[in-house]
Amino acid sequence: MKKIVAGTAMALLSMASIGLAQDEGPFAKEIEARQGLMVYRAINIGTLAAMAKGEAEYDAAKATTAANALLASANLDASMLWPPGSDNAANPESTASAAIWADGSDIGAKAGAFKAAAEAMAGAAGTDLASLQGAMEALGGSCGGCHKAYRVPTN
Amino acid sequence: MRRSHRSLLVFAVIAAAGGWWLSAPGRLPASALDGIAGDATRGEQVFWAGGCASCHAAPDAEDDDKLKLGGGQRFPSPFGTFIAPNISPDPENGIGGWSALDLANAMTRGTSPAGEHYYPVFPYASYAKASLQDVADLHAFLMTLPPVATPSAPHEVSFPFNIRRSLFGWKFLYLNRDWVVAGDLTAEEDRGRYLVEALGHCGECHTPRTALGGMDLSRWLSGGPVPAGQGRFPNITPARLNWSADEIADYLKSGFTPDFDSAGGHMALVVENLAHLPPEDRAAIAAYLKKVPPVE
Repeated sequence: MKKIVAGTAMALLSMASIGLAQDEGPFAKEIEARQGLMVYRAINIGTLAAMAKGEAEYDAAKATTAANALLASANLDASMLWPPGSDNAANPESTASAAIWADGSDIGAKAGAFKAAAEAMAGAAGTDLASLQGAMEALGGSCGGCHKAYRVPTN
Repeated sequence: MRRSHRSLLVFAVIAAAGGWWLSAPGRLPASALDGIAGDATRGEQVFWAGGCASCHAAPDAEDDDKLKLGGGQRFPSPFGTFIAPNISPDPENGIGGWSALDLANAMTRGTSPAGEHYYPVFPYASYAKASLQDVADLHAFLMTLPPVATPSAPHEVSFPFNIRRSLFGWKFLYLNRDWVVAGDLTAEEDRGRYLVEALGHCGECHTPRTALGGMDLSRWLSGGPVPAGQGRFPNITPARLNWSADEIADYLKSGFTPDFDSAGGHMALVVENLAHLPPEDRAAIAAYLKKVPPVE
């Protein structure tokens, strides 16, 4: 009986939280998911950058794990997280620029540059520290490449 | 809309009261650069610190294309859309015929060689604080860049903002060469102040603007809405920017925040520029930002 009550309560709670998420805007879940994906990348870039800067000791296994995670995230099909209309203009919680969906957008090429940089890092991270450091700049540049064109400033 | 009507009225009143003779653009004395020789190598550092390429190169320019300053980038604002002019050394379409003094009048007085006021979208309210040595060095560097034969496009600005003489009022109110952050500074903070307040013109985006489009110095670097665009420029006073000085300096080189988020929009261009400067300059900017009065 207790289990059923607890289960029902949890089900209700999760329904309520889904309801809440929907109240925040039509694309709240998509925006939350893609921001989560960005944080996942940031965590792994953080691991690699700490080693590149000498703030953490170089660890080939750890570096490989982080680089592989990054590459997996680059290969993930996240297209359903970017529906038209889910930009900053209508959704203040997003920092995505409407230019992503505009004519002449090269968002696909920019994403391709990130994938290429992540592939290079996956090949370099486990080799040695110098290789990791060599792949870092292109990786950072590919983050900036997309954000420069397609992210709006926010506090 | 109502706000722009009000500023329109204020503009008209200021222009009328000022009078035509009073509204003539100011210039440096003809002897201002006597004894100052420009050095192109040093000028390249001024170029990156001043962020010239971020507005005057083509919109998506990368690497060496950033040195082709043919203009064309569009800057929408409540007053109309401004279009960056050609400042390449092309003698026909760019500034190939300019003397260092012409550049100094443009950057520190907002006055063109023909004696017209520039619109303050060109951040002379900040460059006014630049040293004349830096301007002469920058001139020497700009003249080494590839000429671009594209003519400058006219600004798309309607009445009354298309009356450049009315900018005399704007300059009277906002062209001010005093440092915003005063008081005792270390040599490092002093260098940082020069980079932030003068060459880097950080306040042009990060300081909220008054109805007349001037920087509201009482809210220096506290952020504000993007004019006629999406998003907000962040508050970079210590009230909000709580990173360590090292973290700020790192960000200005790599574009990564302490959480490994990465810089976006125009700030990504700023980071690309500042990455060209010596590490001491980025550390100086960070040291200065720590001295800025916090504004919520």
